[in-house]
Amino acid sequence: MMRIRLIWRKSLNVVMLTLTGVAAFAVVSVLFMILGYLIYNGGKSLNWAFFTQLPKPVGETGGGMANAIVGSMKLLVLAALMGLPVGLIAGVYLAEFGGRTFAFIVRYTTDLLNGVPSIVMGIFAYSLVVLPMKHFSTWAGGVALGIMVIPITLRATEEFLHSVPNSLREGAMALGASKWKTIATVILPAAKGGIITGMLLSLARVAGETAPLLFTAFGNQFWSPGFNQPIASLPVMIYTYAIAPYEDWHRQAWAAGLVLLGLVLLANVGTRLALSRGGGSRSV
Amino acid sequence: MSSTSANAVEHAPSPSPGAARALLRRYLDGDEVAHVITLVFAASIILITSLLVYQLWLNSAASRHAFGWHFWISQTWDPVFEHFGALPFIYGTMVTSAVSLVIALPLGLAAAIFLSELAPRNISDTISFLIDLLAAVPSVIYGLLGIFVVVPLMRTTIGPALKGAFGFLHIFSGPNYGVGFLTAGIVLAIMIVPFIISVSREVLLTVPREQREAAMGLGATRWEATWKVVVPWARTGIMGSVFLALARAVGETMAVTMVIGNDPKITASLFAPGYTIAAVIANEFTEATGSLYLSALIELGLVLFLITFILNGLARLLILATERGGGHPV
Repeated sequence: MMRIRLIWRKSLNVVMLTLTGVAAFAVVSVLFMILGYLIYNGGKSLNWAFFTQLPKPVGETGGGMANAIVGSMKLLVLAALMGLPVGLIAGVYLAEFGGRTFAFIVRYTTDLLNGVPSIVMGIFAYSLVVLPMKHFSTWAGGVALGIMVIPITLRATEEFLHSVPNSLREGAMALGASKWKTIATVILPAAKGGIITGMLLSLARVAGETAPLLFTAFGNQFWSPGFNQPIASLPVMIYTYAIAPYEDWHRQAWAAGLVLLGLVLLANVGTRLALSRGGGSRSV
Repeated sequence: MSSTSANAVEHAPSPSPGAARALLRRYLDGDEVAHVITLVFAASIILITSLLVYQLWLNSAASRHAFGWHFWISQTWDPVFEHFGALPFIYGTMVTSAVSLVIALPLGLAAAIFLSELAPRNISDTISFLIDLLAAVPSVIYGLLGIFVVVPLMRTTIGPALKGAFGFLHIFSGPNYGVGFLTAGIVLAIMIVPFIISVSREVLLTVPREQREAAMGLGATRWEATWKVVVPWARTGIMGSVFLALARAVGETMAVTMVIGNDPKITASLFAPGYTIAAVIANEFTEATGSLYLSALIELGLVLFLITFILNGLARLLILATERGGGHPV
């Protein structure tokens, strides 16, 4: 009787532990399936025209998404200019100056902001920029993405500043440097690698965001000079082309998907590897 | 920590002229200026978040006044006669999130157990790295694969198989179009599983080694030690990861919009097309004619914000509780 129970327990052990392994590999294999589908379908459709030409009108085949590629870059630059400094400086406050209660509130609010669904961020940018301006614009898209950049940058900055040893602060101050001079010339350079990683990861994340752009940057079949007009972006293009009923548009959606995924994953792999090799303290 | 105490000393008021000179010196050094500037930037985050809530509240006023509590229980979504009720969207959001959790929780927990308890450190780290990459895939890419891979698969393989096996259940009956609650739930499950895995793995790794050793010393098998000792110890944090994933599933927009079928109906069948809060905002916001229509959509955004706010807050509390060591069973 005891023996049967022991065999049961041991086989349950083997079966369940095997299942956990299967689950882990199943999840990882999804990543490779995604990559496989995009490389196969996107690679088939990707050509030089994709990077150099404007979208063709409905009914004509061919054309490309040059305007969306440039558009995505413009939006990212705006987002970086607006969001990165705020995240960085606020992060410095939390790590170097912050008291107890106020810093806690800021930290909590940051997490809250990070958890806001991206579509709600779109509504926010809409009411903040589109409603007063009365039209969709690059500015509005940049504001939506810029706000989304702040929380990740802030938390990365704070975390990496905390990982700088206190002896560095004490050393600099013992040499007579004032506090902000210590921060600017000793602490920030010491944490530079990690902070830049955090910034790049936050940009990589918003680069793939679609929902906040739908009714801020909107979309555009043509070039969008300046910052006052609606502008095309790769994620929105993928969305509109994928749900459209045209075969040729689906082909282009795959190509755009491959380009977007390639850029996002490259940024992620590159920064994470650089960080682990550079001996940075913790992952973001 | 030492910097805060140093600050406190510096801020202590002292009336002597020497102290006044020191204060002036600090201004000239720029310390106070730097303090104030960084403070302003930190405060701006609170300002931005408050502004976000205020804008949602302000711009949904028309809808809140017109429909009041009726907004929550009405099933009618009629832009032509400007009658708006949120129930089909709330239902759709709840069903898709629940389906995704039913799939993602066992899968994610099992994978997290493998990564923390079984796999050697370097394999575990490599897999975790790949799973982090999975979390970085943009949602529109999931939508793209959803439309062209999962939807056809659902129509030809998964749907008929489920119908054959469980067709007697209400949730697996009715026509199968490929798009619908179940498809959206499956796509969502893949999107949230990385969050469950990475948070649960961290939490499981904080369980003291003695717990495992004690259980196995008493003769428990590895699985028994894991399932009856380690997992219960970490359950608060695992719950945290579930709430985190749930918040994400509720707010997810693009992938769901592309595969749910976009039909504001309340149907028991999981094969039926539906609609979620995020999806209706994404689809109809630019087409919304009339301020009441727009206001109703913004009120839906407010609802979405509140739900994710509560879920994220709960998740953070639970994870914090475990990491501080308060997660062990009583």
